[in-house]
Amino acid sequence: MKLDARIPIGPLAEKWDRGRAEMKLVNPANRRKYTVIVVGTGLAGASAAAALGEQGYQVLAFCFQDTARRAHSIAAQGGINAAKNYQNDGDSIQRLFYDTIKGGDFRAREANVYRLAQVSVQIIDHCVALGVPFAREYGGVLANRSFGGAQVSRTFYARGQTGQQLLLGAYSAMLRQVAAGRVKLFSRHEMLDLVVANGAARGIVVRDLVSGEIESFAADAVCLATGGYSNVFYLSTNAKGCNVTAIWRAYKRGAAMANPCFTQIHPTCIPQAGEHQSKLTLMSESLRNDGRVWVPVRPGDTRRPEQIPEAERDYYLERLYPAFGNLVPRDVASRAAKRQCDEGRGVGPGGRGVYLDFRDAIRRDGRASVEARYGNLFDIYREITGEDAYRTAMRIYPAPHYTMGGLWVDYHLMSTIPGLFVLGEANFSDHGANRLGASALMQGLADGFFILPYTLGHYLATSRLDRVDTTHPEFAEVRRDAERRIARLLAPKGRRTADSFHRELGLLMWNRCGMSRSEKGLTELLQKIPALREEFWKTVVVTGGAERMNQSLERAGRVADFLEFAELMALDALTRRESCGGHFREEFQTADGEALRDDQRFAHVAAWGYTGEDRAPERSLEPIEFETLHLDQRNYK
Amino acid sequence: MDFLLRVWRQKDAASPGKFVEYEAKGIPAQASFLEMLDLVNQRLEEQGEEPIHFEHDCREGICGCCGLTIDGQPHGPGARRGVTTCQLYLRDFRDGQTITVEPFRATAFPVLRDLIVDRSAFDRILIAGGYISVNTGGAPDANAIPVPKERAEEAMDSAACIGCGACVASCRNASAMLFVGAKVSHLGLLPQGQPEREKRVLAMVQAMDREGFGHCTNEGECEAKCPKKISVSNIARLNREYLRARFLAWWNGGAKTEPKGSG
Repeated sequence: MKLDARIPIGPLAEKWDRGRAEMKLVNPANRRKYTVIVVGTGLAGASAAAALGEQGYQVLAFCFQDTARRAHSIAAQGGINAAKNYQNDGDSIQRLFYDTIKGGDFRAREANVYRLAQVSVQIIDHCVALGVPFAREYGGVLANRSFGGAQVSRTFYARGQTGQQLLLGAYSAMLRQVAAGRVKLFSRHEMLDLVVANGAARGIVVRDLVSGEIESFAADAVCLATGGYSNVFYLSTNAKGCNVTAIWRAYKRGAAMANPCFTQIHPTCIPQAGEHQSKLTLMSESLRNDGRVWVPVRPGDTRRPEQIPEAERDYYLERLYPAFGNLVPRDVASRAAKRQCDEGRGVGPGGRGVYLDFRDAIRRDGRASVEARYGNLFDIYREITGEDAYRTAMRIYPAPHYTMGGLWVDYHLMSTIPGLFVLGEANFSDHGANRLGASALMQGLADGFFILPYTLGHYLATSRLDRVDTTHPEFAEVRRDAERRIARLLAPKGRRTADSFHRELGLLMWNRCGMSRSEKGLTELLQKIPALREEFWKTVVVTGGAERMNQSLERAGRVADFLEFAELMALDALTRRESCGGHFREEFQTADGEALRDDQRFAHVAAWGYTGEDRAPERSLEPIEFETLHLDQRNYK
Repeated sequence: MDFLLRVWRQKDAASPGKFVEYEAKGIPAQASFLEMLDLVNQRLEEQGEEPIHFEHDCREGICGCCGLTIDGQPHGPGARRGVTTCQLYLRDFRDGQTITVEPFRATAFPVLRDLIVDRSAFDRILIAGGYISVNTGGAPDANAIPVPKERAEEAMDSAACIGCGACVASCRNASAMLFVGAKVSHLGLLPQGQPEREKRVLAMVQAMDREGFGHCTNEGECEAKCPKKISVSNIARLNREYLRARFLAWWNGGAKTEPKGSG
């Protein structure tokens, strides 16, 4: 497969301006003649639908939730980065760009990241104009906080609900276009497949989750903003509905999947409490601004944290990484926590936890100040664990949170299928092997508000698109596939629920393709996944029928796709024989246990192409080249 | 822990519903309320029976999907301390207790299946005017207009609404005024929301009435059951904003902008 990233020529800082200047435009009067499908209504999808509607395109927006406002962006807590330098602390576009590339362990595309840093500034302006109630100082100007992987304060926030407020902003902008008649909303509709006709993405097949009906929609272009696949681990911080189906179906229709093994394990989550647990809850990384991470010096110390004297505590992040301390990037913090627990110094049930302690912050700034900054997070912690983190240290442990991998896109956010654009977490482009905190919100809104409206217009203006509607034979074909699949899911009438398969898959992935990976584990995984998948299709139980709302069927369809996707993820992890960012191969580490990259052999994006059922996927490479930065081993010490 | 669940089952919007009893035995005490339902559903599915349909997504109290009426209370016993159904843990219940689980009840929220209701009326109210009309691209610098911290905080208090609908379900009139008041307050408190201040409140109230929500009679149940502790002062502000907008419309002779059929 040929991968042409279509990066504009010229110096890095001028690429986006030059690229935009050269892009063709669609005449305003002609835009209404184009229909664009947007799947997913999180930050990327809602902002794309809003911006395209504002320009005059006809937009059809789909989400599986009961309303667009529920998309999982809503749950993002900590903040959104922007190179505003309002704090006069040395921030700049160049620095945000550098921090993001370095945080991503030099596996992200330079031109994309630079552009992201450039438009970050506009995002904040626009969100304030939309009425997003960001935190402010007494003088009325915007407040900032610090986040992991940065030595400046560039994170804008709205208490611990930044994602919610940004999403409500983007959603409100989209609703305004609904009122204007340019966006049509289809909530409770789940995308089942992509329709590619005459070599271009021309529509989707969906299931109306209320009536059960299979429906087809045609368009001139399709945008997927369907989020990440952390739920391949079953237990993650993602919402229960988050799934890989849309991008996996697109992969099977010809879109390349890039770096699927790049997943992020977030260091500050509430540890698992038992077997029954259905999901893990994140505690915002912003807590690491004031909370200090530690474990008891002595393994097996069962005293309550407040009874352990200072001399018997190991503030291991501050000890190991004095320059960044508790604010090292997520992958570094997660692995460090795992190491402490592997050495027997973990705390809480099962010894899988470390302390995040606010004692010193409360002594220094007072309880009221800590409450003002993190009150809602302390409340969440109390509800889940029954413990008061103002009095005792929180217990935290890493959990799957975000996926840097996703569908391959070029600089225009277009996949290897012409007319199929991929935005936000669903694409692979901006975070390399590890995403920095507060950068996901930035990327979602950058893609939707500020990048896609240009690149999509260019595509429409420069493509000769035949008239295709849902009577095209390809639509009938894809629809039949979707119906056959549903019939296959309903057929076995076995005894084992889809959820139980999902749990088993999740545990397999977590143990062998989670925080650390090895050739042995991954090889085993590649044998176990197909076996589990086979068992699934033989013995799964899906109750009810397809002709009305059926959550049993919805769950089973998503699990079936995770069972296929997991194999590609494991294969990618096995093939990438280096450690970088969130991908930690035990065979490749430095003497002190840090990730050891191999820039000679692996400074590339691995993009996998589907070649058919039961055939090995084709692996294509896009080299990662740096014009302005030189490849460096990350050093947070 | 063991429970006896009385659960509302309803095949679809057109069919009548009824309570069905389920024994939930041997549930781990650390489980959440929804994890108990997961376990009950797993057992049902293993026996080839259809699971109890209920809505949920983030399971951390922010998406607003989940919303069950538990023993007559929207979001159950946790609502008074500001938690949603998904954040409810079994430590709030007694071993052996009988628990009644129903959907949110309101004319404007028709039941779609079992415990799932259609809350799209909320979307339609916001489509009528719950936004600031600004196109992407031309915004001034974010710090160009200072917003006093107290005012920004007050706007945030209102903006925290998750649109779950517990306010409607807890109100004897099934009024949506807390939901509408929260959005009108959030945008009306900010300088960016001023240009459309009057138009917004008139349009949203009109849309609210069209959806069949009842009127507010100052019972205050909505605030008591709101998982985000949205204050009823938002309703007072809604009334004031509405009156002000109507007055200004009359004063400016703009009968054209005056909506029909609003109280």
